[in-house]
Amino acid sequence: MKIAVCLKRVPDTEMRFAIAADGTSLDSAGLKYDISDFDGYAVEIALRLNEQQGPGEVVVVALGPDALQETLRKALSMGVDRGIHLQADPVPYDGFSIAQALASELAGQGFDLILFGRVATDTGNGMVGPMTAHLMDLPCVTAISRLEIAAGKGTAHRELEGATETVTFPLPAILTIDEGIARPRLPSLKGIMAAKKKPIESRPAALGPVRLTVDRLELPPERAGGRIVGEGPDAVPELVRLLHEEAKVL
Amino acid sequence: MADTFAFAEFRAGAFRKVAFETVSAARRAADATGGGAVTALAMGAPGLSGKAAELGRYGADRVIVVEHAELARYSPEVFAGTAGAQLKAGSYRAGFFSASAEGRDLAPRVAAALGQSLASDITSFEITADALTARHPVYVGKAIATLRLTGTPALVSLRPGAMVAVEQSRTAQVETAAPALDPASARVVVTELAQRPAARMDLGEAPVVISGGRGLKSAENFKLVEDLASAFGNAAVGATRAVTDDGWRPSSDQIGQTGRLVSPALYVAVGISGAIQHLAGMRTARVIVAINRDKDAPIFKVADYGIVGDLFEVVPPLIEAVKRARAEHQ
Ligand SMILES: Cc1cc2nc3c(=O)[nH]c(=O)nc-3n(C[C@H](O)[C@H](O)[C@H](O)COP(=O)(O)OP(=O)(O)OC[C@H]3O[C@@H](n4cnc5c(N)ncnc54)[C@H](O)[C@@H]3O)c2cc1C
Ligand SMILES: Nc1ncnc2c1ncn2[C@@H]1O[C@H](COP(=O)(O)O)[C@@H](O)[C@H]1O
Repeated sequence: MKIAVCLKRVPDTEMRFAIAADGTSLDSAGLKYDISDFDGYAVEIALRLNEQQGPGEVVVVALGPDALQETLRKALSMGVDRGIHLQADPVPYDGFSIAQALASELAGQGFDLILFGRVATDTGNGMVGPMTAHLMDLPCVTAISRLEIAAGKGTAHRELEGATETVTFPLPAILTIDEGIARPRLPSLKGIMAAKKKPIESRPAALGPVRLTVDRLELPPERAGGRIVGEGPDAVPELVRLLHEEAKVL
Repeated sequence: MADTFAFAEFRAGAFRKVAFETVSAARRAADATGGGAVTALAMGAPGLSGKAAELGRYGADRVIVVEHAELARYSPEVFAGTAGAQLKAGSYRAGFFSASAEGRDLAPRVAAALGQSLASDITSFEITADALTARHPVYVGKAIATLRLTGTPALVSLRPGAMVAVEQSRTAQVETAAPALDPASARVVVTELAQRPAARMDLGEAPVVISGGRGLKSAENFKLVEDLASAFGNAAVGATRAVTDDGWRPSSDQIGQTGRLVSPALYVAVGISGAIQHLAGMRTARVIVAINRDKDAPIFKVADYGIVGDLFEVVPPLIEAVKRARAEHQ
């Protein structure tokens, strides 16, 4: 199968964050970047599908600054065949603007599957996948936790509140990947060497108009936390009293 | 005067709590922009129209009911096509969806169909005639963005539980409409909906969430967490990834960066260390309680109330004390 994976380069959220002087973005000093969590799962699924189902091609597409070539290269070292870099700096916060650029890039290339992450760890939006699907008029299943492809048809599972949905869809299709399917593999040394020779094409992104912007970015208010009621079972009565009288949740 | 729109989720014969939240938010938005009418759209299996007037209690003036035997289950294309067509048919300043499992799938499709962007998973908002601003946790909860959304209608999805549904008595006029496309023509089809044994409330809706971590040591010991949830009565059970990875709980119970995001009134963390990825899913809870034997566990930094101790010694008396307190104060 010919499979595309849209992946985003995002700051590693384990790092300590500070807000930049403009008040609307992160201070980039000391940030490390990597493939957004769910996009890593999507790469893994694409690789496994082609390993199981015979030859094919996996292409990764990322929209952002030049520095993301390093992120694309990591995917290539996992086994992806080639990369496409859509240049945009800065990356707009507006997922619909990004979806328009991805849709115009991906159209007419004959992909059987286009995979996205369920949600990017930076924006927390969860919109680019289904929006791209609408623009390309492709069937779309979001937040899938299991996938089977056979004879041009797919079956996926989605975890809902209190239930699991089984969904069928025809190919070509757009899927957004939830956790649980497949932990991404680590690049092997051989993979890293091979990646150096794999192609990355680069061209300007055809972004749509931007209607969603960040006015202000703040660190969350420190929770007043840290109050230890007591130690061991003896602290239980005091905890229950506080929950009733002070917090009013009991 | 601006009219607003709300999508009201209906499942298994009843409106979901998030339906009242979206209608209530649409009411507030209409009132903030001069007091227009609120239209709610509800889709489901026949039987729905009999319940539709309930939305008036939360501020709907008009309820459009789309009933169809094939719509007992969510159908992304039919729901999105119909919501898009209804939004286009009116002149709405804003449209409200829930960031529930269903709404997270639905809202971006509708937005794209209208050629609009979407403020997704917001925890609060302000609206004027020309802009909507909204707060939304980003970077897995490590920062909060204030977003500005232009374009009409302004489309948003609300984090479940983050905005309270306010009762106000209105009499909603109920109309019926047909789905915008024939359910039989949908490409994406939900063929099965397997309910998990739902002895408890859903994580996104429960006012109290009791979560267990690796400190519980085994799947069997989760009974302690279950029993504490039962003692509260209105509680759901959650877990850390360490626990869902080990198969002690289903992955759908996982709370955090790669699991569910919850904002209950009370969150009790039992034997949970408080890794950043876990905090991402629960730090917006109103009150956090932690029980952990390690006084330096990071969970205590976010907990309003902590007990340092062995959970196997602390939880059993806590279960009894909660039962007694509920019996006394009810
Ligand atoms: C990309 C990525 C995504 C992730 N997403 C998530 C996510 O969505 N959700 C999530 O939860 N995690 C997630 N994780 C994993 C996360 O980093 C932690 O590993 C996990 O949350 C730890 O779970 P835990 O607190 O149950 O276990 P541990 O960290 O092992 O903590 C167990 C705690 O129990 C305490 N304890 C032990 N015995 C007792 C006792 N008898 N009485 C009282 N206390 C006791 C210990 O002191 C300890 O603090 C993610 C990790 C990565 C890398
Ligand atoms: N700049 C980007 N480049 C490539 N893919 C992206 C980009 N932004 C978002 N995506 C894809 O869309 C998914 C959802 O992003 P979001 O809607 O921002 O949560 C991500 O997991 C990626 O798969």
